[in-house]
Amino acid sequence: MNSDIVLSITNATKRFGPVLALNDISLQARRGEVLALLGDNGAGKSTLIKCISGVHQIDEGQITIDGIATSIRSPVDARAAGIETVYQDLALFDNLTPAQNFYAGREIAGPSWLPLGLRFLNSRRMEAETARVLDRLKVILPSKEATVALMSGGQRQAVAVARASVFARKVVILDEPTAALGLREARKVLDLVAQLRAEGNAVILITHNMEHVTELASRAIVLRQGRKVGEIIPSKTNQQELVSMIVGA
Amino acid sequence: MTSTEEIKPAKAARNRESTGALSLWLNLLSVGPIAILVVLFVLLSLASPHFLTPRNLSNILAQTAVIAIVAMGQHLVILTRGIDLSVGSNLALATVTGALVYQATGSTILTILTMLASGAAVGAINGMVYVFGRLPHPFVITLATLSIAKGTALELADGRAIPGMPDAIRFLGGGAVLGIPASFFVVAGVALLLIVMARTMVWGRWIYAVGGRPEAAVRMGIPTRAVLISTYVIAGLCAGIGAVLLAGRTDAGSPLFGNLLELDTIAAVIIGGASFLGGRGHIGHALIGAVMIGVIRNALNLLNVDIFFQLIAIGIVIVLAVEADVLRTYLEGRVRTLRAARLQ
Repeated sequence: MNSDIVLSITNATKRFGPVLALNDISLQARRGEVLALLGDNGAGKSTLIKCISGVHQIDEGQITIDGIATSIRSPVDARAAGIETVYQDLALFDNLTPAQNFYAGREIAGPSWLPLGLRFLNSRRMEAETARVLDRLKVILPSKEATVALMSGGQRQAVAVARASVFARKVVILDEPTAALGLREARKVLDLVAQLRAEGNAVILITHNMEHVTELASRAIVLRQGRKVGEIIPSKTNQQELVSMIVGA
Repeated sequence: MTSTEEIKPAKAARNRESTGALSLWLNLLSVGPIAILVVLFVLLSLASPHFLTPRNLSNILAQTAVIAIVAMGQHLVILTRGIDLSVGSNLALATVTGALVYQATGSTILTILTMLASGAAVGAINGMVYVFGRLPHPFVITLATLSIAKGTALELADGRAIPGMPDAIRFLGGGAVLGIPASFFVVAGVALLLIVMARTMVWGRWIYAVGGRPEAAVRMGIPTRAVLISTYVIAGLCAGIGAVLLAGRTDAGSPLFGNLLELDTIAAVIIGGASFLGGRGHIGHALIGAVMIGVIRNALNLLNVDIFFQLIAIGIVIVLAVEADVLRTYLEGRVRTLRAARLQ
């Protein structure tokens, strides 16, 4: 069972000035499992995932990936370690097409003897690869040449999740992926999340929707005021327990 | 239940119709600058018999060359949501340093290299102070270098023009090949190079990404700082090339050159149809805008309109162009909402 642990965080602490945003938090994410990260606003969920995805760095504690202690100092480090993040704001480039968004920052380009910035883009390959991934995940877009600016919330979310799925090798973090979506679009995104899990990723899901938690997550971790206050296996019967843990009542 | 089933197709049809209309407007906006340019040409050739003559057209090209070159650099900066107010002073300083080097050495190559290096150096200062000084916006630093470069140029030249440029530079700025100004070929060459870099190279893609969403670019691992600095260096380099052309045309270096060039170049980029909101537009926009400004100036001259009125006219055109940009963003938002509504 231990070999299934992909990402392990031990005693993580993060301060912003006098504010203790994360207080001694430990968690483990396993291959092929959805781990729900729950908590009220300001509980520290976003700070925690930003520490995993390299936007922030933890002050104390340890992050190990596949059993190897890893320091994640930047988003580039995190991605190199196989961690992909779908941010709440999606981090999409509105002025670019889906394919250009997919490969932003890791373009397929050559020849390799040139400095990275001066290499020529291999647009055909990037577009073909993007189309393949979107087909596999059954994502339907109005036009693959249109910029993301012209797409609906659900389509944009799907592009962001699909982008993560291309490069994720170990961990995918999703920060409230369904928050701004209608029922039908949310359904599609949840299907994508299940797909990412089926492909063997450890998925960390932040959400406020208890239905989604019981449907998808095999474990749930609850944060409150920067501390981990519980870890349970969510089911239809203990939803109430989860909610009271979140609000601290 | 049956009633909603009946309503749905009708609603969907209406949505499709209105997205169609919106898309039409968006397309109109995107070809707008070229259409306006064509209309201007037609109207002006009717209004003045001197407008559509080879001599006058070649004149327009020559007068537009400096604006066009510098506007292309300005365009890259504006793509990243920035602005370079220093291009005019930068150009003036480059002509002065070039003229001084020519006086001292008599070398054509050294004179050209000095102008290019001077331009690029000011650009590098802009970019580095903006990025490493963690300024919220490049407005202030380029305003400062506007003043510093101008002051340095005046100091170095003792407030006067320095006459004398080598033949090669005079040819680049004022010569012609088969009736086509040599400066036109310089503009075309620079444009081609920048188009290749911006459209086919990783660096170009990064510029669009940084302009489209700076914080996302950081998270996606794009070297945002290097990309930003590079745009200011290239904008400075373009000012240096513009300096070569202007010094060549006038056979002198002068601290008074490049007055209001920041206005002309920013106007060219915006009038041409690039967006102030970042990440949208291409080199063609800067070129179309530069030609449009050249044509408007030229036409107002031909029609004997007061020179002061030209400034007013260009200012009004800028306001119209920026409003078109705002309208485009609004229309895109509408398209998105309608598409989302149709999916539900």
